[in-house]
Amino acid sequence: MSFPVLSTILFAPIVGAAAITFLPTTAGSSIKKVSAAAMGISFLLSLMVFFGYDWHSGGMQFVEELAWLPEMGAAYSLGVDGLSAPMILLTALIGFAGVFASWRVDERPKEFFILFLLLVAGVAGTFVARDLFLFLLCYEVVVIPIYIMIILWGSSKRVTKEYAAMKLTIYLLLGSAFLLAGILMLYLNAYPAGTRTFSMQALTQAAAGGALSPEFQKFAFFFVMLGFGSLLSMWPFHSWSPDGYAGAPTAVSMVHAGVLKKIGGYGLIRIGLLMLPLGFKFWAPLIAAFGVANVAYAAFIALVQKDMKYVVGYSSVSHMGYVLIGIAAADVIGINGAVANMFAHGVMAALFFAMIGHIYHATHTRHIPDLGGLAHQMPRATVGFFLAGMASLGLPGLISFVPEFTIFVGSFKAFPLFAVLAIAGIILTALYVLRVLADVLFGPRRSEWDGVHDLHGADWVPLVVLGSFLIGFGLFPSLLMNVVNSGIEPLMPLLAKLKLAATLWGGL
Amino acid sequence: MIGLSHYLLVGAVLFGLGLFGLLTKRNLIAVLMSIELMLNSVNINLVAFSRYTATDAAAGQVFSLFIIAVAAAEVAVGLALAYAIYRGRDTVSIDDMNWLKW
Amino acid sequence: MWVDFSLHHAWLIPLLPALAFAIISFFLLRSPQLASRLAIAAMGSAFLIALGVGWAVVSKGITVEAPFVMKTVWFSMPGLVAGMGVLIDPIAAMMLFVVSLISLLVLIYSTGYMTGDPGYARFFAFMSLFAASMLAMVIATNFLQLFVFWELVGLCSYLLIGWYFHKISAREAGKKAFMTTRIGDFGLLLGILFLQIAFGTLDFGELAVKVPAYVSQNGAALMTCVALLLFAGPVAKSGQFPLHVWLPDAMEGPTPVSALIHAATMVVAGVYLVARAFAIFSVLPGAMTVIAWLGCFTALFAACIALTQREIKRILAFSTISQLGYMMLALGVGSLTASMFHLMTHAFFKALLFLGAGSILHALHDKADIFEMGGLRKSMPATCAMMGIAVLAIAGIPPFAGFFSKDEILVAAAHVSTPLYIGASFTAFLTAFYMARLFLVAFFGEENPHDHPHESGMSMLFPMGVLAVLSIFAGAVPFALGFGDWVRFGPAHHAGIDWGIASASTLIALAGFSLAWLIYGGGAKRSDAIAKQAGVLYSLSLNKFYVDELYQWFNRNIVTGLARVLYWVDLNVVDGIVDGAAQKSGAVGAILRRFQTGQTQQYAAVMLIATVMLALILAFSAGAVAGGGKI
Repeated sequence: MSFPVLSTILFAPIVGAAAITFLPTTAGSSIKKVSAAAMGISFLLSLMVFFGYDWHSGGMQFVEELAWLPEMGAAYSLGVDGLSAPMILLTALIGFAGVFASWRVDERPKEFFILFLLLVAGVAGTFVARDLFLFLLCYEVVVIPIYIMIILWGSSKRVTKEYAAMKLTIYLLLGSAFLLAGILMLYLNAYPAGTRTFSMQALTQAAAGGALSPEFQKFAFFFVMLGFGSLLSMWPFHSWSPDGYAGAPTAVSMVHAGVLKKIGGYGLIRIGLLMLPLGFKFWAPLIAAFGVANVAYAAFIALVQKDMKYVVGYSSVSHMGYVLIGIAAADVIGINGAVANMFAHGVMAALFFAMIGHIYHATHTRHIPDLGGLAHQMPRATVGFFLAGMASLGLPGLISFVPEFTIFVGSFKAFPLFAVLAIAGIILTALYVLRVLADVLFGPRRSEWDGVHDLHGADWVPLVVLGSFLIGFGLFPSLLMNVVNSGIEPLMPLLAKLKLAATLWGGL
Repeated sequence: MIGLSHYLLVGAVLFGLGLFGLLTKRNLIAVLMSIELMLNSVNINLVAFSRYTATDAAAGQVFSLFIIAVAAAEVAVGLALAYAIYRGRDTVSIDDMNWLKW
Repeated sequence: MWVDFSLHHAWLIPLLPALAFAIISFFLLRSPQLASRLAIAAMGSAFLIALGVGWAVVSKGITVEAPFVMKTVWFSMPGLVAGMGVLIDPIAAMMLFVVSLISLLVLIYSTGYMTGDPGYARFFAFMSLFAASMLAMVIATNFLQLFVFWELVGLCSYLLIGWYFHKISAREAGKKAFMTTRIGDFGLLLGILFLQIAFGTLDFGELAVKVPAYVSQNGAALMTCVALLLFAGPVAKSGQFPLHVWLPDAMEGPTPVSALIHAATMVVAGVYLVARAFAIFSVLPGAMTVIAWLGCFTALFAACIALTQREIKRILAFSTISQLGYMMLALGVGSLTASMFHLMTHAFFKALLFLGAGSILHALHDKADIFEMGGLRKSMPATCAMMGIAVLAIAGIPPFAGFFSKDEILVAAAHVSTPLYIGASFTAFLTAFYMARLFLVAFFGEENPHDHPHESGMSMLFPMGVLAVLSIFAGAVPFALGFGDWVRFGPAHHAGIDWGIASASTLIALAGFSLAWLIYGGGAKRSDAIAKQAGVLYSLSLNKFYVDELYQWFNRNIVTGLARVLYWVDLNVVDGIVDGAAQKSGAVGAILRRFQTGQTQQYAAVMLIATVMLALILAFSAGAVAGGGKI
């Protein structure tokens, strides 16, 4: 067997966390270095996976397979395809950047980095798992560290951080409860007792082979939709997201908005669309409608926020609307765009939160009216903030333009009216992004911020790493789109069949 | 002639006394003593059954030896707790010991 | 050799300034001299290649029907292939020439104008990116590529208009420019999406075949809507009514930026888009009518506002809007040649006007009100002379450049509709009037004793000189050389001068001059009296017909109001349900909590009762199952 790349990506943070437990609490800088090394290994290997992925041939690559619980049909089975390769890169990328964004955490650094590394490992596990049991396990691993990290290292203004942590955790758990119900139904119905399996591939084949009745698929997909929907902050299950992000420490916001949320979109495709295709098609109009609600509603609300993190929180809800619409279009172009947009939004949101974290660290406020003219004192942070803002409003040449355009093309065919409403969202997005940029960065110099530090030392890493992806994939979108497409193109026969399937609004 | 039922009667009376003490005594020490009574009544039953009905006479007695050991450990822990609570809170009244309630 | 190289490496034209941007922003931010030299070198090389491309077009006979195209795939997936490429035809070649020339001149000018600015190097980086985006837009082969660089042009304008970001007004002006163009982009994007979905391609060449075929088969109604959506982009970008509001505020940027925005990049992008997609627009008479009338109205509307403005750059800004209206009008009446011709001449004299204004502002330390200037003719003779040339050119006095291009527009308009011709002619009269007003008030009249203006340095005067020469000859020479044979749509356009219209428009311009002389020739007193008499009309014009106020009201009350309502809903309804659910479970817990008294003995009693009951149940049920229960 060749070198287990994916396992190494998955276990490097866990080994790092284990190593940190042996370090004394006071050894802050060595704790950080160990974390950085662990995430660095993951990041380099995930780069290797992403750029080494052979998108000409597609399919599952870097496969690893070990028997685990054969009685239940669960296996330790890893692999990446065009859908998960960008996601695993995103996870490691943001995890790596997150370590450096937390470089200035001096309160209980040991616990912080242990939890953070576990969090990243859990998220990474969900994306490389080819087995639903492993998927669920990793997903549950994620929830607990977040709760503790928000309570211990969080900060919030509108609501207490305890409230934010509780809300976020309960939503995640509620989502996972629905998900568990849906997945168990799938597990029990796909194959008769004795031959049951959690293997994603086998379950996908079960659906394709017609083992699942349309009624069952509709029923089970509803649960899966609620589960992944609340994870993706689908309207009206979005309200944990702004509160949670505002409460969470920088690195958690980065990982959460950047990748954890994307498990929702990933799952909707990987589990919802592939394993319950008829159910997916049936509920697709509802998902699209919710997606439009996400886009417009959250963008409007972002307009009147006074806390920077709330703006980005609502903006991330708004962007997830595009992902939902793209997925719901059930069209190869739309889904391509949705997956690419998940990647794009991840990079951009992480950069946003990293810069906000830095500004907050330097000025001790996130209240927009208190800030202003920071470009005078913090030109480097301004560059990062500006890049993230421009990516957020879909500026061509940055990472999110092509995915958004692709989503628009895909969804325009399936839901013309929704698509127009969603595209109108670009105006609102520009409005709130420009407002934040103007009010925070530009304007007269304020003497109270004269002494604050600009980015220096480790602060550069998030900006450089995330920024290079933001620009690199923006200028050369095919680097991303080719890989994504290799995962989506095989779905074309399925999608073609679904064209005629019944929806909530009756058949087409 | 003293038979099985006499032993069982003694055991039942002891158990009843212990139970009464457990439910009514306010003093933590007394409650612990009541629990000891109940455990001992069980011991009597075990020994009696073993003597009169079992084919292997040793089995029930080994059980009661186990119970004695466990009871000793339980009393040791219980008294230590009582002592610690008394030192900290100046009380051994079981009514006052409800701090773990939310 | 050079011509061949240029044609086949036309992609270098935008790439060189873009590289200059990258190199300056990564390495040269701390070395301003090197930065400006690099930017100028890159721009100069781009200009040389653009010249080569122009020569190649002429020598190789590249026409609008048979353009030179190079393409590569940008990204692709089943059903959507996005290309990037180079499309060279006479229109693009002319634009490349104009844009790179003016960008180069403005960069040279900026070395003098921006001296001492703390962001000197960054300024050259942004300007390079601005020019690069515009140049890349010009050579776009498809709508997506055009849109990409269109947006980048918008970004650069945002950055440069808001250059003095410490000023609230500049910051807001940048934001406004971005926002307003975004609204237009929404329409443009919708139109592009529709084209992509209906025709499966965004390539200009393919669309030029498919769209007319579609229209002749299925009627024009749907495509007219699409064309109007597409047109929304140019409306915003080229400052057509009602999305013109950002353009006057754009003067908040440094003057070289204004010159670049108004003359070569940004605003002409909209006109260029319509010209580039003329194959679509020209088969849709409904859309053409809208374009023509909107252009004519904008021209007149902006000219009315320009009459009463006091800040020099603001007057020029409204004159730009007005001239852009002309260009749209020309497109709307079907004369691509006239529009592009005017675009070119206008680029030269408007750049000159702005650079001249910059020279004045530089001398007067940013005092912008023309009525506070006065008498500059003596202290700044060179600037005065060159501004004079530009004023004559924009007013359409023969033989200056503006005369020829404006004449072509008037001829084209007169062919189509008399009201449009009258509107355009009246605009010409107003244009002559307000330009003369600016010139007379600023350069003649009494000197302001507090000012000590001085003539600008060579780095600023040289570009102005070049532009002045072009403002004189750029009309007559191309006219004589058959501009219309190359830059055209449809059959070659041999416009002779229509002497009737030409003499009429010359007379109109002279009338405008005379009126201005009558009013402003003898100081400002007479004008105040007239302003008082005009009353409402005067304040309408001075306040730009309150369009800005209307938008501000809409933004403040409707958009923000709706946002507040939705936020309230989010906090109280959506979140209210969530919190309500949480509170309900909490309430249930509060009831259940009472059973948890903390009294050990109660727990023991409950345990006892439960055990007894369990024992009873087991005893009776064991009896019921008749010895079945083995516990």
